Amino acid sequence: MSFIKNDDLHEGGIIRDAGNAETYKTGDWRNFVPEFIEANCIQCMFCWIYCPDSAIEIDTSGDKPIMKGIILDHCKGCGICAHECPPAKKGKSALVMVREEK
Amino acid sequence: MEQKLVALSGNEAVAYAFKQALPHVAAVFPITPQTEMMHKYAEFVANGESDTEMILVESEHSAMSAAVGASAAGARTFTATSSAGFALMWEVVYIAASLRLPICMALVNRALSGNINIHCDHSDSMGGRDAGWIHLFAENAQEAYDNAIMSWRIAEHMDVRLPVMVNYDGFIISHTADALHMLPDDVAYKFIGKYKADYALLDVENPITVGPLDLTDYYFEHKASQLAAYPRALEVIKKVSDEFGELTGRYYDHCEEYMMDDADMVMVMLGSSAGTAKDVIDEYREKGVKVGLLKIRTFRPFPFDYLSKVLAGRKAVAVLDRSASYGGQGGPVFMELRHAMYGQQVPIYSYIYGLGGRDFDLHQVETVIKDLQKVAAGGEMNNVNLLGIRS
Repeated sequence: MSFIKNDDLHEGGIIRDAGNAETYKTGDWRNFVPEFIEANCIQCMFCWIYCPDSAIEIDTSGDKPIMKGIILDHCKGCGICAHECPPAKKGKSALVMVREEK
Repeated sequence: MEQKLVALSGNEAVAYAFKQALPHVAAVFPITPQTEMMHKYAEFVANGESDTEMILVESEHSAMSAAVGASAAGARTFTATSSAGFALMWEVVYIAASLRLPICMALVNRALSGNINIHCDHSDSMGGRDAGWIHLFAENAQEAYDNAIMSWRIAEHMDVRLPVMVNYDGFIISHTADALHMLPDDVAYKFIGKYKADYALLDVENPITVGPLDLTDYYFEHKASQLAAYPRALEVIKKVSDEFGELTGRYYDHCEEYMMDDADMVMVMLGSSAGTAKDVIDEYREKGVKVGLLKIRTFRPFPFDYLSKVLAGRKAVAVLDRSASYGGQGGPVFMELRHAMYGQQVPIYSYIYGLGGRDFDLHQVETVIKDLQKVAAGGEMNNVNLLGIRS
């Protein structure tokens, strides 16, 4: 890991580079991982709204955003996405939590 | 420039000083003997004399939290407290300094509980001496006013960026009417200057993060850069004080030297008791006793070099602390001052006086001078002494 040089650190620990959480990987804190079952997804975007980090991958190139899956570098396995995911396809959700085997 | 001579209590004088900086935000919670200061300030706002946003909070912990938030947002911010209120702020007092936020605070010195006591001593300020704030002390309302005016210049200076605590003695200064010279509003504001935050949370064009998690990787480096600010702060305090002296004719340094030129014996203290000591020193000077007073104004950063130079070669020194360090050796000022004198053969003794507002009277000063005479003549005495206690 490389460190910012002392002269380049900002006083008081202020961070001036917006959006740098993307480079801070926290995926190894996880015990459970959301499994994405695309066939059950109705593209409601609840998972993207409720995710406390930035772990939901969305394709925004088209007219409507499309859920693509989980960015595991930032997912801590909190399970909020699976909890909020509506069981809209015959009672089945698109996100379910499974124990991650390492 | 004409300075108006007015009669005000210390609290009123400091309220005026803060008003003259046109601060954007004040975080307010009452506690004796500070209450009157913010009460006066609230009057200014209610009368339309000030457009400061007053945030009425539910505790001192919240007062300091609100001050930190407002200052990080880019606002010129102040607050005020005393005693237990300062103790309740504790956690956030450190945060204000660590985040390098130029907040000013009036700390109207009052004893800490228990038992509960509303009168003056310095234990509140001393409890926060390692928190990273700049501590200025005053002898009277004039000095409290002047320190409050200068506090903004010091806090907001780019070489400093630290919060400043303007200390003045509860009741003795805060509630006593005193004559002082006040600067006209425009002159005061011109001296203080407009505040422009270097980084501000409300500057949406330049987004920042304030107060992130800072663990083993960078915390120590951030603390190292904070440590480097204190020697610079000493220089800035001196520069700002010199400039203030040229403007007003009232010159300040880190200490005031009273009858020090040829003094063999020296008393060192903070705050209002210096006025009492000066009277007794005058009497003893008439009798030919070479005694002087060193009144410390800048307690943090502690002016080590200044003190070790000015006290070099003296025959006896008494350090009077209006607070105790329980389980330590003598009071906090004594410990630091003797440390500043390390390697020098100057006898230094500790006196603890005035706890919980116990009057500091002329007899107590006489006791110290007589002790100093004994020591200067080669006698011995206890390292740590209590002054003005019933036996």
